[in-house]
Amino acid sequence: MQPFSGLTLLRRGLSGQRGWTPQWRRAQPKPSYDAVIVGGGGHGLGASYYLAREHGLKNIAVLEKGWIGGGNTGRNTTIIRSNYLFDESAALYDHALKLWENLSEELNYNVMFSPRGVMMLAHTVHDVQVSKRHIHANRAAGVDNEWLTPAQARAFCPVLKIDDIRYPVLGAALQRRGGTARHDAVAWGFARAASALGVDIIENCEVTGIRRDAKGAVEAVETTRGLIRTPKVGVSAAGHTSVIMKMVGLQLPLESFPLQALVSEPVKPIFPCVVMSNTIHAYISQSDKGELVIGAGTDAYTSYTQRGGLHIDSHALEAICELFPMFRRMRMLRSWGGIVDVTPDRSPIIAKTPVPGLYVNCGWGTGGFKATPGSGHVFAHTIARDEPHPINAPFTIERFRDGHLIDEAAAAAVAH
Amino acid sequence: MLLIECPYCGPRPELEFSHGGQAHIARPQNPAEVSVQEWTDFLYMRSNLKGVHAERWRHTHGCARFFNALRDTTTDMFLATYKVGEQAPPGAAAAMPAANRTSKGQP
Repeated sequence: MQPFSGLTLLRRGLSGQRGWTPQWRRAQPKPSYDAVIVGGGGHGLGASYYLAREHGLKNIAVLEKGWIGGGNTGRNTTIIRSNYLFDESAALYDHALKLWENLSEELNYNVMFSPRGVMMLAHTVHDVQVSKRHIHANRAAGVDNEWLTPAQARAFCPVLKIDDIRYPVLGAALQRRGGTARHDAVAWGFARAASALGVDIIENCEVTGIRRDAKGAVEAVETTRGLIRTPKVGVSAAGHTSVIMKMVGLQLPLESFPLQALVSEPVKPIFPCVVMSNTIHAYISQSDKGELVIGAGTDAYTSYTQRGGLHIDSHALEAICELFPMFRRMRMLRSWGGIVDVTPDRSPIIAKTPVPGLYVNCGWGTGGFKATPGSGHVFAHTIARDEPHPINAPFTIERFRDGHLIDEAAAAAVAH
Repeated sequence: MLLIECPYCGPRPELEFSHGGQAHIARPQNPAEVSVQEWTDFLYMRSNLKGVHAERWRHTHGCARFFNALRDTTTDMFLATYKVGEQAPPGAAAAMPAANRTSKGQP
């Protein structure tokens, strides 16, 4: 791997940008690996990176049925925050946020993490009470979150309309450490760093079956590019997790829904932060390219199509136009859908499964991007040690049986 | 937006409906007698099929009645809709046993 530095940039710049090499190796599948990660999104690539970096496994493959970062990693609205209600979630998401803060240095790849502040609006008395409860819970858990008056909210985001609208802004919760990152760069950065540590990243390789030995433990995965032997399989397949788990006869508490987002034509910098509104349902930020990135909700029905109904987008845009009247004449450039795997309590599952050697990282629902490095980190620990990291220990499959749900329906922000 | 054939009212736009989740999940007759795992399966575990899937819809802003549907989750095309208590139409029913572990063979 060629390390990036000011000097290499200058040297390549002076020599006409020639001599750059591919950022990761185009690996061919080997007959066997010590561990195989199914799914080449940010979470899977992150897990492979931390497996190689912190747990000393060098013989690892990441199997991706399409191209890396082509699923939900490339389809989200890139928002990063950790202001979840319960201690378990706050610990998990804040673990990720702390890794985000140094991720560019760690990977020697600019993931463009921008802690520009995430402001969540309150429009009703109930919103105010819930927001303040969140703020107090977050502060008690050591996570920054503060209450803003309507005037302070407008000062933080000057294009926000706070009154003379159907649901006036009564205040806002602001997490200043939250923000955005460049989603593609996260996948590419993890792929590049993992590849440099010896991880084989194999694209266009779909897992079609999981083979188990006489004791029931995982011994190989069948793929469209042949059989690959491995004692450990980590599934990080987002919306398709249920499909993979069916290969070993497991059902999970997951349902896959399309979640849509859209971007506007690019404009000059106008929007300084991230603004979210749960009540009238919209969230918006501006990418460094200048596009307004707008998140809509999930469609009502389960689906694997990566598209949804236009009325879902329209609904989000109506809310955006109400809150930011100056955007009413903006044109939308494109919209798309990703398939998100939603759990009943809106919290993820990062755990061992009843099948020895099979691990699963799923259920991130509508908000997995923010957790990418933290999720990869604790999942790698779970795979390498065959036991969960203390941070992901509560996020088991068995919590549904035992009643220890981590109900983040309010903090998950996207209407389901 | 989907066009959904309500078996009572005819074709109506998706906005009139609410999605009711996986169909044919029978609540155990006597919850006190089932095992913890069976109760967990009933409450939480879902087949989440990629392919032909049996699901409930409710015509909330119409007749307000529940009905069942077979829909392909890879295309979002409806194969059939049918009233509660009815069998899935023949042909479409071939997909049913895999669709639902808890249906005990009752499509």
